[in-house]
Amino acid sequence: MTFISFGISRMAWMASPVLVGLLLVAAPQLAAAATSEVTVKIANFTFSPADLTITPGTTVTWVNNDDIPHAVVETEKTFRSKALDTDDKFSFTFTNPGEFSYFCSLHPHMTGKITVKK
Amino acid sequence: MDKSDKIRPTKDEDGIDRRGFLECMTWAGTGVLWALAGGLPQAMGLSTALAAETPAAPFTFLQISDSHVGFSKPANPDALATLREAITRIKELPKKPSFMIHTGDISHLSKDIEFDNADQLIKEAGIPVFYVPGEHDLLDDGQGKSYLDRYGKGSKGAGWYSFDQQGVHYIGLVNVVNLKAGGLGNLGADQLQWLQDDVAGLSAETPIVVFAHIPLWTVYPDWGWGTSDGAQALALLKRFGSVTVLNGHIHQVMQKVEGNIAFHTARSTAFPQPEPGKAPSPGPMKVPAGDLRKYLGIATVDFVRGGEPLAIIDKPLAG
Repeated sequence: MTFISFGISRMAWMASPVLVGLLLVAAPQLAAAATSEVTVKIANFTFSPADLTITPGTTVTWVNNDDIPHAVVETEKTFRSKALDTDDKFSFTFTNPGEFSYFCSLHPHMTGKITVKK
Repeated sequence: MDKSDKIRPTKDEDGIDRRGFLECMTWAGTGVLWALAGGLPQAMGLSTALAAETPAAPFTFLQISDSHVGFSKPANPDALATLREAITRIKELPKKPSFMIHTGDISHLSKDIEFDNADQLIKEAGIPVFYVPGEHDLLDDGQGKSYLDRYGKGSKGAGWYSFDQQGVHYIGLVNVVNLKAGGLGNLGADQLQWLQDDVAGLSAETPIVVFAHIPLWTVYPDWGWGTSDGAQALALLKRFGSVTVLNGHIHQVMQKVEGNIAFHTARSTAFPQPEPGKAPSPGPMKVPAGDLRKYLGIATVDFVRGGEPLAIIDKPLAG
């Protein structure tokens, strides 16, 4: 911060509010871009990774690689996909922190968990 | 053992010949007639059964399962074609069955076109059909509404019901709804209560046939092949002298006897699945194209008054 303040002091007076504004929004945008998309593969009747930790705002996409349909259903019904045939995808964006346990409603022995924390 | 051999079990104290049963298992893959004589299991090879050495049966019914119409993956690019072959075999049976039981997974994705195609073909058999749903039949937006609209008339809850035919009491159960994370097939408290009431007035001599999609006995829990509250349902049937349980879901013939309860699973008409634990997952098993029809098939069930055997013959589409 010291360095930035020093830098601003060297800039034209009129430009400084714009620069400060850019710096404030730049950091969260970069963090979101790095973790906003995660894929969970469904293959051999298994979610992988079955246990996933993400930050709020992340979109998780499940892709079914099996020759049989699967579905992704959160145990508290926070989200529920339609039946996903081979290569079908389902996405859900996690905005709130928490633990989300899910399973396949066709083959309930298939389970997974998403942990959302800041 | 030669598949034409006939097993005449000597009865244990509990009336079950386990040696005979285990031998019977060894040729389950080629076709088996498996009988309950007065509640006691007998078994004989398919060729013997087809030679009509058994007394003439007053009526036969048929089990068909897991037609998965709409499935088109490498394990069977045309599930409708193999269902057509199964229906052709049914039409060619020397004795017309009284009715047919379909133990679920009629469709692959619960699409109207899949149900339509299945219905149109199955209708050609020209006999009444009694359905229970598989998990693949409840994938519409209404989570089973399509199934109930088509097949659920007169049923209770998610589609369970019972009926009587020539002294036998048939019970169709639904164990594919409201499945819980980490669990198996499930009947639920409402259905168990209905079952208890349904059989309450029946004499213990009434032969019972129970059918449901997922096996009511635990076949292989790691793959979800069982029903979490199946034992509770079977306990309600314990007092009956002869109970036959017909299931599908696992796409292979498997059978077991426990007390007076005989369990049987039918082949699929669409694609085979691996033996429990013999593959990384229970997904469709790809076999050489020329062998596929050995893994698919139907089952006929004979009921004979007098000798009272309830005989199940698994008939592969080929081989």
